Amino acid sequence: MIKPENLVYSRTKVLTDNIMHYCPGCSHGTVHKLIAEVIDEMGIQDKTIGVSPVGCGVFAYNYIDIDWLEAAHGRAPALATAAKRLNPDKYVFTYQGDGDLASIGTAEIMHACNRGENIVVIFINNAIYGMTGGQMAPTTLIGQVTATTPHGRNVELNGYPLKITELIAQLPGTCYVTRQTVYNPLTVRKTKRAIRKAFENSMLKKGTSFVEVVGTCSSGWKLTPVAANQWMIDNMFPEYPLGDMKDK
Amino acid sequence: MKEEIIIAGFGGQGVLSMGKILAYSGIMQDQEVTWMPSYGPEMRGGTANVTVILSDDRISSPIVNVFDTAIILNQQSLDKFENAVKPNGVLIYDPNGITHPPKRKDIKIYIIEAAEEAARLKNAKTFNMIVLGGFLKVKPIVKMENVIAGLKKSLPERHHHLIPMNEQAITRGMEIIKES
Amino acid sequence: MEKAEYKLLKGNEVIAIAAIRCGCDGYFGYPITPQSEVMETLMELKPWETTGMVVLQAESEVASINMLYGGAATGKKVFTSSSSPGISLMAEGLTYLAGAEIPCLIVNVVRGGPGLGTIQPAQSDYFQATKGGGHGDYRLIVLAPSSVQEMNDFVDLGFELAFKYRNPVMILSDGMIGQMMEKVQLSPEKPRWTDEEIETLYGSWIVKGKPATRQRHVATSLELDSAKQEKFNYKLVAKYAEIAKNETRCEKILCDDAEYLIVAYGSSARISQKTVELAREKGIKLGLLRPITLYPYPTQAIQELLPQLKSVLAVEMSTGQMVEDVRLAVNGKIPVEHYGRVGGMIPTPEEVLNTVENLIGRK
Repeated sequence: MIKPENLVYSRTKVLTDNIMHYCPGCSHGTVHKLIAEVIDEMGIQDKTIGVSPVGCGVFAYNYIDIDWLEAAHGRAPALATAAKRLNPDKYVFTYQGDGDLASIGTAEIMHACNRGENIVVIFINNAIYGMTGGQMAPTTLIGQVTATTPHGRNVELNGYPLKITELIAQLPGTCYVTRQTVYNPLTVRKTKRAIRKAFENSMLKKGTSFVEVVGTCSSGWKLTPVAANQWMIDNMFPEYPLGDMKDK
Repeated sequence: MKEEIIIAGFGGQGVLSMGKILAYSGIMQDQEVTWMPSYGPEMRGGTANVTVILSDDRISSPIVNVFDTAIILNQQSLDKFENAVKPNGVLIYDPNGITHPPKRKDIKIYIIEAAEEAARLKNAKTFNMIVLGGFLKVKPIVKMENVIAGLKKSLPERHHHLIPMNEQAITRGMEIIKES
Repeated sequence: MEKAEYKLLKGNEVIAIAAIRCGCDGYFGYPITPQSEVMETLMELKPWETTGMVVLQAESEVASINMLYGGAATGKKVFTSSSSPGISLMAEGLTYLAGAEIPCLIVNVVRGGPGLGTIQPAQSDYFQATKGGGHGDYRLIVLAPSSVQEMNDFVDLGFELAFKYRNPVMILSDGMIGQMMEKVQLSPEKPRWTDEEIETLYGSWIVKGKPATRQRHVATSLELDSAKQEKFNYKLVAKYAEIAKNETRCEKILCDDAEYLIVAYGSSARISQKTVELAREKGIKLGLLRPITLYPYPTQAIQELLPQLKSVLAVEMSTGQMVEDVRLAVNGKIPVEHYGRVGGMIPTPEEVLNTVENLIGRK
């Protein structure tokens, strides 16, 4: 039994006891925990509505202990728009992957951000479709091998990696647009600060706050967790540089 | 009482609003009414028509094939609706722009030179009210007080100062309509 | 008693006005002919300044229906309106709403198809409205107004049924009723539900922020465990049976002594009612049964009339959709025929009478 005075770390109260289905090395679990910590520290569990995507994050509602809406693929920003407009006293956030947000849901995310909905968007970019078994995402890198680009992503056939966060940053409706990652303690702490700022913004009527987290998918990339981190540093960060794009 | 009317002419002649005022007048005297317009691209600069039905009883179909009265404001509409007037029914038309006048012998035909009269009054907007006046002379199915009440209901408040002018136009229409 | 006040309004306009008056919380929609007056009227009336109702022009029908999901899951009364091609885009959202048991209202002012089709009235979305539209085993409650008055009345009724059964409700209208003006008596004004009222009425399921003391609420249609999904599907079946038992509605006109019957809904019912008048003038004992709910369908009401009938004619502005439900009800006992005009053409009462006379051998 740990004495209270010796307790230096405990499980976040806003996380459930369910065992996460995520693969070893996956970034989702870390980001879930950060969201739960922010909700806990801000004391807004009873004021928060999460909107989960289709993709590996679909079961976010099993892990973060708040009320959830489970959206159809790509539509989370539309659900969040109405939930927030009809309940302006609530914190409303979407949690979306690259297929959900940057492919099938491009219209919904662009227009929600352009309207300046007072919501938080957490965007997990791991350059691959995890849940369906490692197919090409809009953010897949040129030459990257996936289940549907077995010979590597080819520009003539598949076009270019979509830098959707750079596009989002151009929209006057957004107030805070940033790209973070979670592969070491420093970046985890930075991402948590970004998520907290985004949640705080959503009550200030400043517009949409958009936090991209560049993450790993060791299963989809067919690498060990450690190798996946190194691959991300070497290949993802040059294409998707970290840092704030907008903070107003 | 039941009166099935088609009003047909060019878009912009006030066909739909004339029908609306007539329908509102019916409501003012506790009648059942329907107002069924043609809609869509055909309204843009082309022909516009509206079927208006006033009845003491519940109205079944708002769309009918034959009419008690046809109010016709251009040649295309005359060509289309002359044969849709019931035997012994009424056809009212403005001869302005009409090259082939109606020929039927089994209906009552009236002429109202409303375009010319509106020009004389130097107010093109009174055109449809002159026509309405002519119709009400031939078929006094709604009382003048109810037409005025209907006008008040269908015009936005900011246009209520135009009501006396509309009333004069209706009265003028009653005076100038004549049998063909 | 104070004399009721009547207005002359278009079907589309009255949908907007009725929504504001019945305490609706939000509208999310995308313009499409022939129903754009719904959103235009709402924007003109600015209910956000009076009742606090939210009105938003969405980027697409796909977004609109998903906004309904997000709003309605928080216990708010929300609705959208569209016309046929737009409803096809909403099909995805409809099945998610049905699967998550979210109450909301969808107005379909039908135009002729397939594809972009025509903007003129049609009833060719009957299958889509009553048999699915989206994937999976689900049903919408479908109301078919045949007058501007019913366009008004069914908004409030639609919300009532939606929340009573936690199921999406569709008002299946068409361009004729949407664009037509008739005399209408508006419903009394009702205030919007307060957050406390919503909590009292629907606190057991709404997604509204979770106090530490209760389990979290999740609006979802996802269930990967097949046994649980099957159980849920049968729970829906039981709900639909309950709806059929309690909410099936139809109107019978001159059916008491009828030997021949027209079954028609919406605009076609109005036209067919005139046909009945014309037939009666000729001594033909023709009646009209007008389904008011298309799902659940008034099967029993048709069956009750069968002993006195010689044949039935289904009249609809489609190449033959609702007639299948009439045939299911009649079950081969007497002949069932279909008469329809399509592509935006509207049948005339005389045309329908001609068909009736041919069928009964009078011509």
